[in-house]
Amino acid sequence: MTAPLLQLDNIEVIYDKVILAVRNISLKVAPGSIVALLGANGAGKSTTLKAISGLANAERGEVVDGRIYYLNRDITSASPHSLVELGLVQVLEGRHCFAHLSVEENLLTGGYVRHRSRARLTESLEKIYHYFPRLKLLRRNQAGYTSGGEQQMVAIGRALMAEPKLVLLDEPSMGLAPLVVEEIFEIVHTLNRQQGVSFLLAEQNASIALKYADVGYIIESGRVAAEGTTADLKNRSDLQALYLGLEAA
Amino acid sequence: MEFFFEVLLGGLLAGVMYSLVAIGFVLIYKASGVFNFAQGSMVLFAALTFVSLLERGIPFWLTFGITMLTMVVLAWAIERFMLRKLVNRPPITLFMATLGLSYMIEGLAQAVWGAQVHGLELGISDEPLELGGMLLSQFDIFAAGVAGVLVIFLSWLFNKTRTGISLRAVADDQLAALAVGIKLQRIWLIVWAVAGFVGLVAGLLWGARLGVQFSLSLVVLKALPVLIIGGFTSIGGAIVGGLIIGASEKLAEVFIGPIIGGGIENWFPYVLALVFLLVRPAGIFGERAIERV
Repeated sequence: MTAPLLQLDNIEVIYDKVILAVRNISLKVAPGSIVALLGANGAGKSTTLKAISGLANAERGEVVDGRIYYLNRDITSASPHSLVELGLVQVLEGRHCFAHLSVEENLLTGGYVRHRSRARLTESLEKIYHYFPRLKLLRRNQAGYTSGGEQQMVAIGRALMAEPKLVLLDEPSMGLAPLVVEEIFEIVHTLNRQQGVSFLLAEQNASIALKYADVGYIIESGRVAAEGTTADLKNRSDLQALYLGLEAA
Repeated sequence: MEFFFEVLLGGLLAGVMYSLVAIGFVLIYKASGVFNFAQGSMVLFAALTFVSLLERGIPFWLTFGITMLTMVVLAWAIERFMLRKLVNRPPITLFMATLGLSYMIEGLAQAVWGAQVHGLELGISDEPLELGGMLLSQFDIFAAGVAGVLVIFLSWLFNKTRTGISLRAVADDQLAALAVGIKLQRIWLIVWAVAGFVGLVAGLLWGARLGVQFSLSLVVLKALPVLIIGGFTSIGGAIVGGLIIGASEKLAEVFIGPIIGGGIENWFPYVLALVFLLVRPAGIFGERAIERV
């Protein structure tokens, strides 16, 4: 049994010192795997991701209990900057591209922390264009005027510029047409297989997430309601109607 | 006709002086989306520090260096004790904070350097220069040259350097900037220090023109119409806005003034700004909010 890349032990997250967003979540991400957090709106998926990446602090959230470990280090109160340095990057829900920057400038910002030299930065950029050829065509366009799917690609590409070991992907399917969602997940799959990048993704669209993930956690009211390999989860008839929105087989 | 051009050119050159102040606002607006009410106080603080040190017999360039260092320390203090506590708060909160900051800086300047008026001599003669039959102020031409160099430096900074691109990223989306590992604190320190530098340059030129005194912080009021016309987010816009204000107020004063009784210069820019607000609220070069449907 290899040591997990990321491990959460019973974390509890509170916003503004009073709003309990995550009650008790424990999970593990094995190196090279894709793990899905499933559950309804408001279940605590986004908060869990932001607690890991350190972004919860910027929104006045706080991990008040439990520990988070990444690469065997305690990162419970680490800053987003130091985590990017360690290869842990979050892609925010709703894409959050820099609207007035060009597509290429968006991508460049993602590489600043990890790449000191211009040559390394350019090399990294070419790699992103290899996986997202469409972004190369749009490189000079203002990111704010590209389509939703393209913005999602920019957001993922920007995170990959940091050459991460683990990407936290929040609702990649949100607001996108089914075909585009499929395309995004195919790229995630390819990156995972070819580059060994691990993904922890929060997703309301359970059917697509279960199709691509290795392991799934079902979150309800800030707790883990069920967990298992995606094959197991798909076969558990009690979960299907309740959480996964799948037709009972 | 020659007289018309003389007034026009004189106005354009005077307008550059407004642009210099406006650029300071643009910098901070770009990086934090907030109208920095304290910019005028920073102009005053820089000029007052400079002139007080100079009067104590310190050489010009050393004085310039020490004053710049003071502005960096001020930027550091603003970031450390004000901005850091206000991450992700609504812009109005930040605006109110800069309003308070403005009075603190003015008070600090007064406490340290006293309240008397200082004359400032930069060694540039203000004798009119004759160019093609027109009389132009040498000092204004010098100021225009300084503004030109400043604009070239700032556009290079914003568009070509890592710091500049990070800075624009922070302006667009703070949370996303944090997510890619940009250190907001470092960016803010740099922006406020650069704004302090621009304030110092503006303060020296304005101080040489009007004398270094507390009314210097009121030049911000002239920067406001410049920003409305040029747009809050564009350095080029601040220049063009300044030129439009400078030229139009002088032309209005000379040609419309006699008809309706003079004193137009003081309020004409605001009327012009009002017209722009009705027709083009983002200004000529301002970034309009990108909204996709």
